[in-house]
Amino acid sequence: MSKLRRFLGTLALWSLSLLLAGCSSALLDPKGEIGVEQRSLILTSFGLMLIVVIPVIVMTLVFAWRYRHRGRSAYRPDWAHNNWIEAVVWVVPCLIIAVLAALTWHTSHTLDPHKPLASSEDTLEIQAISMDWKWLFIYPQQGIATVNEVAFPVDVPVRFRVSSDSVMNAFFIPQLGSQIYAMAGMDNDVHLVANHPGRYEGRSTNYSGAGFSGMTFEALATSEQAFEDWVETVRGAEQRLDYPNGYAELAAPSQYHPVEYFSSVTPHLYEQLLLSFHDGAEHADSHADSHDVESATATRTDTADHRVGHHHADQQYALRRRPTRTEAGG
Amino acid sequence: MLGKLSLDAIPYHEPIIMVVAAFMAIGAFALIAALTYYRKWGWLWSEWFTSVDHKKLGIMYFLVALVMLVRGFADAIMMRTQLAMAAGGSMGYLPPEHYDQIFTAHGVIMIFFVAMPMVIGLMNLVVPLQIGARDVAYPFLNNLSFWLFAAGAVLVNISLVVGEFATTGWLAYAPLSGIEYSPGVGVDYWIWALQISGVGTTLTGINFFVTILKMRTPGMTLFRMPIFTWTSLCANVLIIASFPILTATIALLTLDRYLGMHFFTNDFGGNMMMYVNLIWAWGHPEVYILILPAFGVFSEVIATFSRKRLFGYTTMVWATVAITLLSFIVWLHHFFTMGAGANVNAFFGIMTMIIAIPTGVKVFNWLFTMFRGRLEFTSPVLWTLGFIITFTLGGMTGVMLAVPGANFVLHNSLFVIAHFHNVIIGGVLFGMMAGMTYWFPKAFGFTLDETWGKRAFWCWLIGFYLAFMPLYVLSFFGAVRRMQSYANPEWQPWMILAWVGAVVIMLGIVCTVIQLWVSIRDRRLNADVTGDPWNGRTLEWSIASPPPHYNFAHAPEVGGIDSFWTHKQRGAEAVGEAPYQDIHMPRNTVAGPVISLFAVVLGFALVWHIWWLAIVAAVGGLISFLARVFNDDIDYWVPAEEVARSERVHQRRRVARDEWQTNGSALGGFAPADLRG
Repeated sequence: MSKLRRFLGTLALWSLSLLLAGCSSALLDPKGEIGVEQRSLILTSFGLMLIVVIPVIVMTLVFAWRYRHRGRSAYRPDWAHNNWIEAVVWVVPCLIIAVLAALTWHTSHTLDPHKPLASSEDTLEIQAISMDWKWLFIYPQQGIATVNEVAFPVDVPVRFRVSSDSVMNAFFIPQLGSQIYAMAGMDNDVHLVANHPGRYEGRSTNYSGAGFSGMTFEALATSEQAFEDWVETVRGAEQRLDYPNGYAELAAPSQYHPVEYFSSVTPHLYEQLLLSFHDGAEHADSHADSHDVESATATRTDTADHRVGHHHADQQYALRRRPTRTEAGG
Repeated sequence: MLGKLSLDAIPYHEPIIMVVAAFMAIGAFALIAALTYYRKWGWLWSEWFTSVDHKKLGIMYFLVALVMLVRGFADAIMMRTQLAMAAGGSMGYLPPEHYDQIFTAHGVIMIFFVAMPMVIGLMNLVVPLQIGARDVAYPFLNNLSFWLFAAGAVLVNISLVVGEFATTGWLAYAPLSGIEYSPGVGVDYWIWALQISGVGTTLTGINFFVTILKMRTPGMTLFRMPIFTWTSLCANVLIIASFPILTATIALLTLDRYLGMHFFTNDFGGNMMMYVNLIWAWGHPEVYILILPAFGVFSEVIATFSRKRLFGYTTMVWATVAITLLSFIVWLHHFFTMGAGANVNAFFGIMTMIIAIPTGVKVFNWLFTMFRGRLEFTSPVLWTLGFIITFTLGGMTGVMLAVPGANFVLHNSLFVIAHFHNVIIGGVLFGMMAGMTYWFPKAFGFTLDETWGKRAFWCWLIGFYLAFMPLYVLSFFGAVRRMQSYANPEWQPWMILAWVGAVVIMLGIVCTVIQLWVSIRDRRLNADVTGDPWNGRTLEWSIASPPPHYNFAHAPEVGGIDSFWTHKQRGAEAVGEAPYQDIHMPRNTVAGPVISLFAVVLGFALVWHIWWLAIVAAVGGLISFLARVFNDDIDYWVPAEEVARSERVHQRRRVARDEWQTNGSALGGFAPADLRG
């Protein structure tokens, strides 16, 4: 019986753990509608599977004990097939998975990170670029940029466009919901919203090298007014972010980088960075080279030989079409 | 002359590495000294290293795996210690460069050099015996596979003291693993260790696929094969289909790193997403290569010790086949967060969940095998019961991860770490421990000590829950994998709890070591005189323990599932009666170890860009291979008299045991002392 008790003990620890986690954890205490939906999705799928998991655990313990070697229960050494049992053990998991599959299909679409959020407010666009090892945030509408701190008003849907200056990372603010990969030359995006003001931890979740642990940032969800004030504070900063020269300095590897504000930023920096990976120039050595960029249809397969139109970076610059969204899995 | 290699490559300034290296050197020296003192080199070479006997190769695979388990666990406990310390601004005792190597090495070692050799070792030992074969289809290839695997393991261990190991994570995602972001030799060690051992694994896959299809004893149709053989067949199909993807992917990465190509770089048309897709197109089938044979072990164990036929054999087989096929269309669930569209994510999520159906059916079949049985709580059964509960929980968290909407917040967090340890420890490791205990007497002729086996089980089980349940909790706080330190001090108590769990697991490993020691010491007391210590059901139990090198004197006739069991139930004559015939057997080979020695040198030379040495090693390997190809003296005949001699010994013991059981105590217990080998 001591084995039984130990099994139950571990089970209790397991459920207790989840309960404890409910008190103060990021994922079970979301602050935005995406996160709220994801919490209920996690709990629903967890509950659905308990329909099978709990009977399995109980049956394991009961059968093992009841049909133990020196027990007195029936012994039928050649009994190895029963249509009813076989039917039940196929049908019940099939039904549960069918429900889960429907739920999965539905939520994969409602929670699609690329899907704009329905809101009466206009969407705020923030561009997040992962660097070794810090996050650069660019506000194209406001013309400002920050490092390792991002702010946005409460209840305003935010479209984070996410890319990387170097290796793969993933952009994640646990209390708001979905993360998304940051990849060089790829224009990824995730739509999030905060419904409660607060300071939320954000970080890269995808290992990116020596400075990975310190690749955290703070997300400030504020009132509309406080956001305006914050923007003004950033605009008052002395530093400006110029591409490619000043940018190259910032992009140099650094760990536990402090928060920085840039009062202005080269227009279309994000797009220029994306294209710098597409244009066949010697990107690896330095961003400081002046970059020829294509204006129109940048795709991953374009090479220097196939380029059609050349525009210098500081010329009039407009992307008629944004680079293809990353599509994984072919 | 020496390429990139210089004395700077040896990390003198890292005290931890130097101490470990010193211990390894002392251990190796002691081993070499002992072998020399007892004059065992010749025996080791002719009886083991050059052997093509699948049983000996299986034992060697398992032995290397246990040694590497200690190495991989040392990495694990260093990581847990680091994370128990490095909270709230503290950097712990391992700087990132070192910590990153450790978690990379831990993953690589545990998957490629512990789990794989355990699974392949067990297949080697058991599959030919279960199908009534005298060896595998290609015995030389089997020896070569083992040594190529060993060559990979040697390279990984060399990286500890000469140079460095990769700091990229075990799958070396590009572009981090590209030359631009990982200019050191760490990734190159990873590349060549995996390529060389991967060739060995692919050859094993082909070998066992052919063996199972072509070398079954008369009467053993596919649907009369023991379930472990079935799961092994499926695992080998997976190896054949998936390992070439790994080889090709690593080859492309190699071209990027060595020849400046741009398959996976950020620029010049390289695509890191292609790398991630390819590596998981191999990586997901890989986990089923590990778990399917473990499922087979549990099926054998639960039927044997319930003294009952496996419930739903046919269902079990089809469930295994379904898992085999499905495992190829789920790889994208490892990176839902890459940004694929909703339809793509939903497809792969649902495919993943569908795998839960055949897996769930298997669980129920194990449960109904116990139902109306006579279950003995031996240590293999404890591992099996622990597995059913633990794996069910792990399967549940796996399905949660398979829901893309939930995965968007769980991905890359400690939830993933907890999940896959939940299924790999609770599934593969428990299965291999059960399998080791179950088939140990077949390999060595004596059973393992039960007391220490059970202690090992309880330590592993409790240690597992203590170590990994806190990680599930931490994932809900937002803790991610591969952190070297973390700012939030509230996480620390959970990290310390996880460290305690790792210590308990360490006690489990110690128990296994003691178990081996005690069992070897008491080997006469625990001798398996009949070859059938568990009252088994399948053919391997019909012959002596350890089996003669030719396995079966006659190819046994099989009339159904569990043929040995029905044979015993009918009270039929023992198999292997006279008259005997000469038996055709393969000769030992020096080519396997020699080619693999060249492979180690080749790998090392390529890691350090010592081109002349690489050419010498490649030519040397090729010549050794050709020498083997043109060697016609590769087989011999075991004379019928020798077969008769060894079969008579086995029969005498069995008859004595039968008489003792009929006349003496029918309640079980130990056989009289004079019966012991």
